[in-house]
Amino acid sequence: MWSFALKRTGTTAVTLVAASVIIFAFIHVVPGDPIYVLLGDTATPDQIDALRHQLGLDQPIVLQYLSWAGRVLAGDLGRSIFFQAPVTSVIADGAETSILLATMTMIWVAVIGVPVGVVAAVRHGTWLDQGLSGAAMLMASIPTFWVGLYLILIFAAWLGWFPSSGYPSIFEGGVVNLRYLVLPSLALAAPNAALILRLTRASMLDVSREDYVRTARAKGIRPWQVVRRHILRNALLAVVSAFGFTFAALLSEAVVTETVFALPGIGRLVVQSILRRDYPVIQGVILVIVVAYLLINLIVDLSYRLLDPRVELQ
Amino acid sequence: MSRDVAILWLKPFIARPIALAGLCILLATVLAAVFAPWLSPFDPYAIDPVTRLTPPNTIHWFGTDQFGRDTLSRVIHSARMALLIGSGVVVFALATGVPVGVLSALFPRLGHVLMRMVDVLMAFPALLLALGLIVILGPSVANAILAIGVGYMTTTTRIVYGLTLRLRAETYVEASRSMGAGTIWLISKHILPNLVSPLLVQASFVFAFAQLGAASLDFLGLGAPPEIPSWGNMLAESRTFITRAPWLLFFPGMMIVATAFSLNLVGDALRDRLDPRFRQVFGEKG
Amino acid sequence: MLSVRDLTVSLGPETAPVDIVAGVSFDVAKGEILGLVGESGCGKSMTSLAVMGLLPQPGPRVRAGRVVLDGSDVTQLQPWQRVEAGHGRMAMIFQEPMTSLNPVRRIGDQIAEAVRVHDQVSGAPALARARELLELVRMPDPAMQLSAYPHQLSGGQRQRVMIAIALACRPQVLIADEPTTALDVTIQIQILGLLRELCGRLDMAILFITHDMGVIAQLADRVAVMYAGRIVETAGVDAVFGSPRHHYTRGLMDCMPVRNAGAHRLPTVSGQPPAPGTIRAGCVFAPRCAAAREECRATDPPRIAVSQGHQVLCAFPLNGGGPA
Repeated sequence: MWSFALKRTGTTAVTLVAASVIIFAFIHVVPGDPIYVLLGDTATPDQIDALRHQLGLDQPIVLQYLSWAGRVLAGDLGRSIFFQAPVTSVIADGAETSILLATMTMIWVAVIGVPVGVVAAVRHGTWLDQGLSGAAMLMASIPTFWVGLYLILIFAAWLGWFPSSGYPSIFEGGVVNLRYLVLPSLALAAPNAALILRLTRASMLDVSREDYVRTARAKGIRPWQVVRRHILRNALLAVVSAFGFTFAALLSEAVVTETVFALPGIGRLVVQSILRRDYPVIQGVILVIVVAYLLINLIVDLSYRLLDPRVELQ
Repeated sequence: MSRDVAILWLKPFIARPIALAGLCILLATVLAAVFAPWLSPFDPYAIDPVTRLTPPNTIHWFGTDQFGRDTLSRVIHSARMALLIGSGVVVFALATGVPVGVLSALFPRLGHVLMRMVDVLMAFPALLLALGLIVILGPSVANAILAIGVGYMTTTTRIVYGLTLRLRAETYVEASRSMGAGTIWLISKHILPNLVSPLLVQASFVFAFAQLGAASLDFLGLGAPPEIPSWGNMLAESRTFITRAPWLLFFPGMMIVATAFSLNLVGDALRDRLDPRFRQVFGEKG
Repeated sequence: MLSVRDLTVSLGPETAPVDIVAGVSFDVAKGEILGLVGESGCGKSMTSLAVMGLLPQPGPRVRAGRVVLDGSDVTQLQPWQRVEAGHGRMAMIFQEPMTSLNPVRRIGDQIAEAVRVHDQVSGAPALARARELLELVRMPDPAMQLSAYPHQLSGGQRQRVMIAIALACRPQVLIADEPTTALDVTIQIQILGLLRELCGRLDMAILFITHDMGVIAQLADRVAVMYAGRIVETAGVDAVFGSPRHHYTRGLMDCMPVRNAGAHRLPTVSGQPPAPGTIRAGCVFAPRCAAAREECRATDPPRIAVSQGHQVLCAFPLNGGGPA
């Protein structure tokens, strides 16, 4: 187990370093001189020289990367041109919305995707299965923002059950503010629930062909108990690992949904920063999401191994 | 010979009426794109302030937008953009993914390095990668194709790599190698012909997801220029009039869903007739 | 104890069924081991699954015939339905002990699960019974093994666990489908010895399925030889080995290394068994039979009782005597 953990952590670290080089390079390949990028168009030549020296931009590129990486490790992602504030604090402001949105989405995904996938697998080959699998594929083919717009039209504009946009912090308005996230999380959940549904179904069908399921049936256990005790438990091991990937991917998929619902999250921050040419913020958000993505995958992989008793001997 | 091949490919669709329906929808989309100027009842760019935001009626079947432009005509013309983006992304993904995947599988040392690079690219979520590239390259149709294509280059490379590894281990390929077959011979006679069917499956899925990706970029204002009719652009514009003119939301969205759904159905049907050994490489996500 | 009559298992649509098991009949008495032997694909595994009520669904189905356990017809019942109806005392062990146990659950748990179904006890008493069962199958250090996971056990130990699970229902009939094929020869002998011993001690009827004539010689009391979905010869083990009457059985005998000690090259039965669905009128073995006549290809062969308890499905059986 330990050698696996060490190896897996090692690969993640290497990937992370390589990804960081790409992210570092980003600010150097965007249109325009990075200095103008950082200072904006109104900078005087003196300011430019001062900053160029201060940032070490007159040094070799390798040294520049190392000093950038050092600052990043110390928690300094640079300054936002638009907000005139540290990028870390700008991102932190959006984190609450994004994390709550992703969490709520994952709850929908789990509550809808898994049970329906189980039903489809148990009724394998029937009309119900074909209907549910078809519906899942349809859901995966619908743009999230279109679902979002329709949810706004029906549940906000016509029925008035939920607010159509924005999100005031639950730390200021209390937990009732979560109602602002209901429609966005549903829109974001649709394709991901479809994915988990298909995965649950496929995983259940795989496991139900295993010899040990036949053994369980031979014992005289009722079909539903066979499903619950032998198929479901083993099949969900694979599904749970997909949950980690999905959660990590949601952080970036939320870009469109947060824009539709005007949520003050990291996703909308990216889009607005692109339009404002606020490159340090874009760079910072990409870095944060990639790190989160890699770390979540690492944690999922390791805990998956931990849950599987077969690993003890290896 | 060619008739037999056609029957072989049509078989999965005849057995599955819903997949056949998907194929028909795709065909209709292609026809709409090709014959757009003749099929459209109006000029898709023609502005008419008098008839702005009219609901669907006998003259304007799909209604009109905030400039009085005919929605049906714009929906039909948008099929061109959809096909352009979709085929562009597929071509890009295959043109890059196939060589990288095949060479990585045949030359393990090179493959080790290349596949690690693919892993690094895969650490970037697809949409984020696309946005980052758009920032660097600037918004345009060609750049949208590139930005979306890079995300599917990685998955295509992985699939081709997995398939080629399996093919390489096949007895007849081993035999061919042991008899001194050169790499080019091996690739052209044994590897590529066997990749055609699985790549067709991959192409339909990539085409489907390219539709959704392009629609997202258009919607964010980072894809095709706003004056070009595309389903994503139409949805982005209709956002403001969502309560006053819901039909503006309905038709372009339906077209995206119909196209993506059809492609997924077709891909699924084709995947099911693949050799089971190859099917595993695709997993469930496609 | 177990009586199977005209069992027919079919694939394909109702209108055009393909019989993979065609009219199989046999009996197994208490304390007796019946060896069902045949080449792979002859339908012996399908027969055992059909008898146990474990045919995979969707898939093959029992189209005709009866499976009678201790006087009760259980043909169309799955194991859990048999338990509910009070006819649950039949159990089965399988070929692959490696994959037949759930990898993520403890051994004790998996045995206790079977105990709970049949004894209506749970918790500590079920685990105590699980331990007893492990002792019964001569598992070394049974108390410790209760908390082990399958991957921590050897192949032979896992097969012992499978037997313990099977014994949880106090079976009247035990079906063993190639239980030793995946094991080393030394382990194989131990497991066969255990089955022989349990058969006598617990007074069970054992239906033992294998392709290995050597195992049959060692273990079985009676033998049923299966070919292309049919039982072509049934007899006591001595009669089958001493004076086989069917040409196919004779062919199998000649292929055994022991009987051809000194031969440089083992004889084989030439040709291939017919694929299900390609079978036409006449004897199924006729295309490979050296003694086949015109008649054999035209009409179905009769089932002839050549002596007490020795039946053969052949119009022109061999006339006894040892193999050449």
